[in-house]
Amino acid sequence: MDLAEAIQKDIWHPREEESSVRLPPYTPDQVIRLERVHKVYNTGEVEVHALRGVSLLIKRGEFVAVMGPSGSGKSTLMNILGCLDRPTRGRYFLEGVDVSTLSKNELADIRNRRIGFVFQAFNLVPRASALENVELPLLYAGVPAKERVRRAREALAAVGLADKERSFPNQLSGGQQQRVAIARALVNNPSIILADEPTGNLDSRTSVEVMEIFQRLNRERNLTLIIVTHEHDIAQYAKRIILFRDGRVRHDVPVEVPREAREILAAMPPEEESDEDLGDLEGGFSGLRAK
Amino acid sequence: MKIWAILKVAFRALGRNKLRSTLTMLGIIIGVGAVIAMVSIGQGAQAMVRDQIQSMGTNVMFVWAGSRMWGGVRLGAGAAATLTAQDAEAIEREIPLVAAASPIVRASAQVVFGNQNWFTSIQGTNEKFPKIRNWPVQDGEFFHEGDVRAAARVVVLGKTVVDNLFQGINPVGQTIRIRNLPFRVIGILAPKGQSVMGQDQDDLIVMPYTTVQRKLLGQQILSINSIMISFVTPAAATAGEQRVAELLRQRHKTPPGQDDFMVRNMTEIAEAAEQTNRVMTLLLGSIAAVSLIVGGIGIMNIMLVSVTERTREIGIRMAVGARPSHIRMQFLTESLVLCLMGGIVGLLLGVGLSVGISRVLGWPTLVSPLSMVISFSFAAAVGVFFGYYPAHKAASLDPIEALRYE
Repeated sequence: MDLAEAIQKDIWHPREEESSVRLPPYTPDQVIRLERVHKVYNTGEVEVHALRGVSLLIKRGEFVAVMGPSGSGKSTLMNILGCLDRPTRGRYFLEGVDVSTLSKNELADIRNRRIGFVFQAFNLVPRASALENVELPLLYAGVPAKERVRRAREALAAVGLADKERSFPNQLSGGQQQRVAIARALVNNPSIILADEPTGNLDSRTSVEVMEIFQRLNRERNLTLIIVTHEHDIAQYAKRIILFRDGRVRHDVPVEVPREAREILAAMPPEEESDEDLGDLEGGFSGLRAK
Repeated sequence: MKIWAILKVAFRALGRNKLRSTLTMLGIIIGVGAVIAMVSIGQGAQAMVRDQIQSMGTNVMFVWAGSRMWGGVRLGAGAAATLTAQDAEAIEREIPLVAAASPIVRASAQVVFGNQNWFTSIQGTNEKFPKIRNWPVQDGEFFHEGDVRAAARVVVLGKTVVDNLFQGINPVGQTIRIRNLPFRVIGILAPKGQSVMGQDQDDLIVMPYTTVQRKLLGQQILSINSIMISFVTPAAATAGEQRVAELLRQRHKTPPGQDDFMVRNMTEIAEAAEQTNRVMTLLLGSIAAVSLIVGGIGIMNIMLVSVTERTREIGIRMAVGARPSHIRMQFLTESLVLCLMGGIVGLLLGVGLSVGISRVLGWPTLVSPLSMVISFSFAAAVGVFFGYYPAHKAASLDPIEALRYE
């Protein structure tokens, strides 16, 4: 598309070329490959350009932090990466499969098998036990009951909550709830884990604990992790930081020496006794803080 | 997703709000219960009427002699001496649809046995009476063709007559007196109870029609009041009726439109009575069905509330890979479980109600398996019908919006 045509169609933007970097050809280790992805929301009168031609490559085993001010398009990016939404234009390959044209059902299956979500508000099903919450993705994958329980227990053990499988979300602290959510994200062996502000509702100690789990999963299982955060010190745990602004990738830089959550945790003063209550309080205020 | 997993989720969701689920179910319970109870009352009445009509003899038709004017005074049906016993014989002989026919000559008289007496009606018939009226002899025997030919003074008594004349004595073989003539009792008819019109059918004496004509009435010109006909099947009644009328017109040489006889069909009466009851049953049933539909609307209402309340949960489920069809199935199952549970309880309630009604009020009720099956499947259909829209609404939620829902 030449410039004149682009101006006419009102999609041209001075930084267009900058973000549509030429991508290298496809290789199997590219878990995520975005080719000039646009997302336009039509809210009746105004057209909102949430993403303006994002091209991005994320390889297996990467740990990426996506940063940016609110309105920069990072949430939209996460929705598209998570197959909750489809790009208006451009193409999105997840493990080599073009998912930008799939049907609702196919997207549901992709979310089920290849993507694990971790949310800021934990998003556990309230009346289901920790174990049942972790089982949820397996339920929709059609895994038989015994196998479901076995794998859910395994995932809970991986986040250090083997003894909490019968607890309900309201009996767990914020950190514990988030760990259940991580176990749920893990349980179906996804290609990527997408975490949207995973520490947004947590105190600093539990935040580090959660980052420790992420780092461990990344290191031990070579899991691809993408987290959205606006906290700089949290982003420092990742291996790569992508900065978003105005619907474009502004900076894309590797982290020279990522912070080691394990070491920081070891250096922290021992856990206070009232940790659980604190966690509950944090959870209770989450709504306020989100607003 | 396995059916058990879906059911488990549905039961948990319903158990979360027990009071609400129970109240919602109440609509269905009352609906199903009412349908079953109402239909059982209707069908009970229908069965009773059918029994009574059957007791008058099925496929039975009567031909009455025409009325007669006597100096400006019109006398009732059967008064004219236009029918004869030969007409009855001809009907039976010439119309294949007719199974049997009997002349009827009626009288009434004071009957005396020992120091007891009783006023009753007398029916003169031929030996085919038990067959035509579907009315067997309980004790002794009915008279034979020879008795009819000989105008023998033999009688068969109805139960009421026996009760009033013979206290504890076996009437068979005894002699009673009618208009000072002795008659030998040779049999007792089985009790029949009341007719549809409330008459006591057992209050009668049956004897050969020839005996009534010659011995009791002393007729100079032998005539009969009516002819009782039974057809081979109930279906033959309509066609048979026409044939009988044609034959009689031919025999009496009367032009059409000036018949000297009247035809009265029992099947018609039976059908009319049954039709009335069927309409009643339908009416009662459909009023009850309305309450079932109202119950269904209650279900829809609650399911819509439930979908809104659980928007976030729906978002979570979609995010972890539930297809829209999974979500739809889940909510549909919930409303179906509500309706089926309500249906089962309503079923028990309905059966209990109709048993209670027949015990306390003494109404005949009949709980037919068909009405149970129909109202239960109707409840299920209500569940699917009124559950579909909320389920569809849940399934078509946008996962992003649903996850953001507060």
